Amino acid sequence: MTATPPATPKRAADRRVSRKGRLRERDRTQPLDSDVQIVTRRLSKRYGSLVAVDNLNLEVRAGEIFGLLGQNGAGKTTTILMLLGLTEPSAGGARVAGFDPTRKPLEVKRRVGYLPDNVGFYESMTGRENLRYTARLNGLKEADAAARIATVLDQVGMTDRADTRTDTYSRGMLQRLGIADAMVKNPSVLILDEPTTAIDPLGVVEILDMLRSVVRDRGLAVLLSSHLLTQVQSVCDRVGIFAAGKLIGVGTVHELADQFGEDVGRIEVGFEGLDAGALATTAAVLGAVEGVVSVKEPVRPIDPFVLMGRAGQETGRLREAILAASVQRGLRLSLIREVVPSLDDIYRRALQRLPDARSGAAA
Amino acid sequence: MTAQAGTPSEVPQAIDREELPALRPGWLTVAAKEFTDHLLSTRFYVLVVVLGIAALIPLYFAAEQIRAVAEAASGAPAVFLALFVLSPQGGPDLLRVQAFVAIAAPLLGIGFTFDAVNGERHEGTLPRLLSQPIHRDDVINGKFAAGLAVMSLVLAVVVAVIAAFGMFRLGITPSVEEVLRVITWLLITILYVGLWLAFGLFLSVVIRRAATSALVGFGIWLFVAIPYFGPFLVQLLGSFFASGATTQADYAGTIQWAQRLLPSQLYTEASAAILSPAVTTVSAFDIYSAQAAQQIQGSQLTFDQSLLLIWPHVVILFALTIGCFALAYARFMRQEVRA
Repeated sequence: MTATPPATPKRAADRRVSRKGRLRERDRTQPLDSDVQIVTRRLSKRYGSLVAVDNLNLEVRAGEIFGLLGQNGAGKTTTILMLLGLTEPSAGGARVAGFDPTRKPLEVKRRVGYLPDNVGFYESMTGRENLRYTARLNGLKEADAAARIATVLDQVGMTDRADTRTDTYSRGMLQRLGIADAMVKNPSVLILDEPTTAIDPLGVVEILDMLRSVVRDRGLAVLLSSHLLTQVQSVCDRVGIFAAGKLIGVGTVHELADQFGEDVGRIEVGFEGLDAGALATTAAVLGAVEGVVSVKEPVRPIDPFVLMGRAGQETGRLREAILAASVQRGLRLSLIREVVPSLDDIYRRALQRLPDARSGAAA
Repeated sequence: MTAQAGTPSEVPQAIDREELPALRPGWLTVAAKEFTDHLLSTRFYVLVVVLGIAALIPLYFAAEQIRAVAEAASGAPAVFLALFVLSPQGGPDLLRVQAFVAIAAPLLGIGFTFDAVNGERHEGTLPRLLSQPIHRDDVINGKFAAGLAVMSLVLAVVVAVIAAFGMFRLGITPSVEEVLRVITWLLITILYVGLWLAFGLFLSVVIRRAATSALVGFGIWLFVAIPYFGPFLVQLLGSFFASGATTQADYAGTIQWAQRLLPSQLYTEASAAILSPAVTTVSAFDIYSAQAAQQIQGSQLTFDQSLLLIWPHVVILFALTIGCFALAYARFMRQEVRA
């Protein structure tokens, strides 16, 4: 790290002196909270008349998994490329791991592990050889690299297949190797573009668990993008809902549920031993319960009824009333529970609130 | 930074937990990997076999010829160089080392780079590669350097094999000047191959599919490097411009000007002049002007005179190579990373 050139007076206030007494690039440019690993300010990218990313403001901290969720074409990949300095923003700026990706791409890229969408490897080389090339490009010494590669291969569960050529790998294995590849350089930030596509459901759980543990152990900041909302819901500390280049909602899933919820309680009710003929009468019983606004009858009798409560009502009372009504009518209740809106619902509703988002995303 | 070493906290500072390793020049790492890849690839074996044929078959015929020549004129100058320029009696011109290399080298040059960039795109490795701490031009520089290194290596080995054959089997010892001429010829050949490498690289940047860029490359090779195709067409072009010429020398000069639009012509003239001291001029005008022809008869050029004669050729070949590479470079730097 070298001393930076003399600062302009305007910037001098932001500067801090490192422990060694020298001024550092990232101290000058880093926001006051040093845990913030990714910041964007009014980051924008236009391709001709198409606005791919529109005034994006984002913050990701160390030790946090941030999910950037949105449909294909929402601008997720463009955002990521700008964060890595692989595409120049049309306006605005970013700071990743303490550096401006446009001006100091190398400093950013040696600290950021990146898993591209549809990651590929050199087919004539083995998985381990591919990782070794990455390690070399990052300046790792051969001995350090070998140890590091063994560790990351183990973390993604690819040790067994590491010494076969990558053209024999399945899509899911390539994806795992891609995550290992992103971690070889021992990054402080991990950016994963669609990390769970093409992985089978079990593999997704494994990979997300692994991500969790890596973040916990090493205090990484992780930005992951996905269009498979429910899959990543469980692993993200915070999510940002991205549509037509705009971030239309940021927060934990609960915060977003509050923000984009329907403001009505939704309760699922199931009964035992109900035959198809009794569906309509049961629905009428449920509909008569105090506080129930609407009842949706299931197609099959074994599936639950879905009740909507009145706006602003406490759902606990509603459940009690349903319970009482069921007992009174001799219906054998097998299930009663409040439905927390899934990210899919939140996403849909967030899009509906944004009148021009649909047309924008379709363009 | 080891300040947290003793603390129990499991949330370390994300930045600079340890010193980052020093980076090596990115193009060198890329070139080293590409070089290894090339040496292990099928196309390398094709290259070795093709250039092996280029060396051995003409060598066989040349050796036959050389015995006859040597018997006729013991102590004739530049017998060693004859290994590279003699063709079998009455046989096709192609069976000279020099002519064969002139045709095969461009093909091999294109063969090594036609899929350099679009191949990476196709495999999906380009975004991953570019997200490593290297500059974008390191990729294209490294690939060019690796291609040039492989070709240089093989060409040098081929020349060495021919020279060794001449020395040990035929007992011809080269003079210092002949060694200089052969080395210069090798360097010019590498330069010429470099032009085609750069051209292949350009195709691989501009054309998205490797198969298409290979086809376009080979088509252009067919036109430029194979005698009778391109040369015939430029001759037509030349005769169109030369229709107003008053003397035969003028006419020949214009035709030659047109022919020299092809880099293969430049290379052929340069390699002919550098390999045979008897070639005292590369200008068609001189050949047709009787006065010069009298001076030419039977004279031999020294190495530096030959070099002087073809220096413009070398400069133009060099400029073409740089130009081709610059085009590929500029296009690559502006391209979107995304497939």
